[in-house]
Amino acid sequence: MSLPLSFAECTARERVAALLDPGSFHEWLPPAERVMSPHLAVLGVPPAFDDGIVIGRGRLDGQPVFLAAQEGGFLGGGVGEVHGAKLAGLLQRAAAERPQAVLLLAESGGVRLHEANAGLIAVAEVMRALLDCRAAGVPVIVLIGGSNGCFGGMGLVAHCADHLLISELGRHAMSGPEVIEASHGVDEFDARDRALVWRTTGGKHRWLSGDCDALLDDDVAAFRTAAIERLGRSRPVTLAALEAEHALLAERLHLAPEADWPGDGSEPVAFWTALGVPEAARVPDLDAAALRPLRARTLEGAPQ
Amino acid sequence: MNWQALLDALAGPGHDVQVEDEVLRGTLRFDGQDLAVIGTTDHAPIGVARALAQARAVLDTVRDHPGRPILLLVDTQGQQLRRRDEMLGIHRAMAHLGKAVDLARRRGHRIVGLVYDQALSGGFLTSGLMADVCDALPEAEIRVMRLPAMARVTKLPEERLAELSRDNPVFAPGVDNYVAMGGVRALWSPQNLAAGLRAALAASGQPDRRALDGAERGGRKLAAEVMQRVRSAA
Repeated sequence: MSLPLSFAECTARERVAALLDPGSFHEWLPPAERVMSPHLAVLGVPPAFDDGIVIGRGRLDGQPVFLAAQEGGFLGGGVGEVHGAKLAGLLQRAAAERPQAVLLLAESGGVRLHEANAGLIAVAEVMRALLDCRAAGVPVIVLIGGSNGCFGGMGLVAHCADHLLISELGRHAMSGPEVIEASHGVDEFDARDRALVWRTTGGKHRWLSGDCDALLDDDVAAFRTAAIERLGRSRPVTLAALEAEHALLAERLHLAPEADWPGDGSEPVAFWTALGVPEAARVPDLDAAALRPLRARTLEGAPQ
Repeated sequence: MNWQALLDALAGPGHDVQVEDEVLRGTLRFDGQDLAVIGTTDHAPIGVARALAQARAVLDTVRDHPGRPILLLVDTQGQQLRRRDEMLGIHRAMAHLGKAVDLARRRGHRIVGLVYDQALSGGFLTSGLMADVCDALPEAEIRVMRLPAMARVTKLPEERLAELSRDNPVFAPGVDNYVAMGGVRALWSPQNLAAGLRAALAASGQPDRRALDGAERGGRKLAAEVMQRVRSAA
């Protein structure tokens, strides 16, 4: 057995190389073509030759797949005009050419604020293109395990996909803790309380809540295996599927009533208990392997 | 413009739209057909509950009134910035709303979004921006984030951001910039709102052409070209 390769510590390009069958990746609009953001120079921010996203086709377990990987090291993986257009274009192409899956290695703070308006529209175009892909029967698999997490508009995009894989080091949410603290104060969300941040947005919490399909070790090989299992497995967005999703979300909302919110950081453990997790107070001390069996069976296979 | 004045101008007494917890829901009689009206008011922050309330209205429309056009009315200060909503999966609830709107589209409902007051980031992405066409009133405001929070996240000086927000279209708030970039299809004349809605309904039901509009209007020059290059790359 080789040592695990930390997904969190890899760059986007390292992840792509380790995830796909060796030597199978073919990049579209590679750095040599220098398709870059025209909007950063005015802010004195250096651009990147790939605008922070790697896209292309390759093979996974011999099967043809398309892939996009966001680079969290460049502006937090933020979606700008070019970055978003590369991702939307990939999804549009996938809907037409029907690979066995689109893998989306999401690591992003969401809309790139330096080009905010263009980024917001780009995220909307990505969501439309992703759902076109699903409608064409091409499964979209999202992989979250980078140190920047998956937030904002990309947090929404990830929940539009067929399958969602997250590592115990991954975080998936809407607004970052800093933004919530800046808006409602440190009593609402202390962004420096890392334990609370993990209990609110981290992979373990998302697993116990039924928000993802797999909780993985921080190992690229674990992501590869989980992605292979889902190749060609499309989950159509139907009225029945959305009604089931609605019932689940509505029921969950009542497990943490607003009128009964202590605001002292104890809520996640109470929430896991309400979801049926035994001895929920132990959760922060458990690793992914110990945690996997603790999710309530009623949440298994919950539609995304 | 408030939503009552807007709907009165469009339908006179011919609507039964009600507001509950800042969520709008009802039916509007327009040009001899019923439209489902779904949206928010009073700059409502969109949390899990309001995302679900809107999704419920969309799913009910799909189930009970196949094909009925949907008018999404947008007035939001953005997503609810609360730890409770994050813990409960606000992103999943908002994506659920977006998927419900998308399902309605695929089942033949024409969907028009209208920013009649204010639209901000997350609250806008899974409603108006998921419509077939998204329009706005001229006095509406569209932005991604307020400047102090933006300065904190980007670590850029707030004065520089304030300077840019005066004239840089990809950065500055404002409906005209969104029109130029293709994110908003058209502005409705307050003197003839019915003509605006009629044109929006006529333009709906088509593939996403926002990147093309952005290129033709000169506000977002690269997106359409980059998408095309990806689709045709060897």
